[in-house]
Amino acid sequence: MSYITKSPWVIHYDGSSCNGCDIEVLACLMPMYDVERFGIINTGNPKHADVFLVTGSVNEQNKNVVKQIYEQMPEPKVVVAIGICACNGGIFKECYNILGGVDTVIPVDAYVPGCAARPEAIIDAVVTGLGILEQKRQALANGELLKEPEPEAAVAAPEEAAEEGKEEA
Amino acid sequence: MVKVIIAVIAYIILAPIVGGFLAGLDRKITARMQGRVGPPVLQPFYDVLKLLEKESITVNRVQDFYVMCFFIFVIVTGCFFFAGENLLLVMFTLTLASVFLIVAAFSSNSPYAEVGAERELLQMLAYEPMVLITCVGFYMFTGSFEVGQIMLSTKMPFPYLIGIFLGFIFILTIKFRKSPFDLSMSHHAHQELVAGLKTEFSGKTLAMLEAAHWYENVFLLGMVFLFFVNGTWWGYVIGIVDVLLTYFLEILIDNSFARMKWQVAINSSWIVAVVLGTVNLFMLMFVR
Repeated sequence: MSYITKSPWVIHYDGSSCNGCDIEVLACLMPMYDVERFGIINTGNPKHADVFLVTGSVNEQNKNVVKQIYEQMPEPKVVVAIGICACNGGIFKECYNILGGVDTVIPVDAYVPGCAARPEAIIDAVVTGLGILEQKRQALANGELLKEPEPEAAVAAPEEAAEEGKEEA
Repeated sequence: MVKVIIAVIAYIILAPIVGGFLAGLDRKITARMQGRVGPPVLQPFYDVLKLLEKESITVNRVQDFYVMCFFIFVIVTGCFFFAGENLLLVMFTLTLASVFLIVAAFSSNSPYAEVGAERELLQMLAYEPMVLITCVGFYMFTGSFEVGQIMLSTKMPFPYLIGIFLGFIFILTIKFRKSPFDLSMSHHAHQELVAGLKTEFSGKTLAMLEAAHWYENVFLLGMVFLFFVNGTWWGYVIGIVDVLLTYFLEILIDNSFARMKWQVAINSSWIVAVVLGTVNLFMLMFVR
């Protein structure tokens, strides 16, 4: 029996969104849609969150913020990219400072297209994310490693050090 | 002696069930007051069981130890109370538990947790005088600090301690972390202080904190119950009904007030303690 799908706590981060999708995310929490019916709470604290909702594209200034929030969330966790900007950059894609969608920085589990994304679509994506969350929990319980492979630079560094050591020897 | 052991074991087993159920009821009623459907009544249990499944992230080694101490001493507080021990001992144990929680928050060195811990200290400063006046009130009325002796009282303390009762209800808002004085954990206003005191707690540590609050809430409602005992069965019925009414009142206050600054919390609770508490104590000297 898993309880993670019964109480997913979300954290919401606004990349460089126009606020359209943000308002739709907040609309999900309001009496009209009331996602607390499913135990979903907006926590505002990465250490308490299970689902990371990102709106807007990622730029040079906020890419570290997005990474940091993702890294601070305890496993198992899922990321949902909300709106076309979060999916691939949207109308801001060609801007000089935009890296693109959220998946250029962190792994994304569910995408919600639309400008702005409809609350129904957001709730549907979070529910889809819960299925992935449950898979990740089982993987974690079975002792499989969930962490993303280290970036190439970090992996390469020990080899370089070893080579330098050989040269000195 | 057997009675005491049964009471303590019943508290340890039943308090988290009752506390979690009350927390679920709180969320359901709150949602209805806001025009929402609200989560299932068992939602707090799902939350805690989920937290137990999560990865543990701790910033340092001592943090979990302090939260564990908080958890244990809250249970010890309730055990003393339901075993009919000295009321002052009960209250000082509760203070010790709170101190452990504050130290746990300070140990993380996180700015949000530190601000939360400082506010928690201010909250303690706000509610402690009224807690002591409540204990003194029970002593002046029944002639004993022992909860067991107070339970044997044949006269209902409530009509004589009505000022103290109202003052105690006032500080219950602080202890339950309800809206006007929800300063240290900012349950509703997490934009301001992330999660305040509990920012750095996650996974099993946070689950332990939640369970400790259930134990604490049941003990505090037990204190409310103590105002209505008169040694008869209908005294118990009145007591339980009033406990539920008090809990509903706290939910109503939570939903109808905006959050206030810590200055308001200290000033108002001290004024309440001085006016309602001490005036009631002086009255008691003449009435008895």
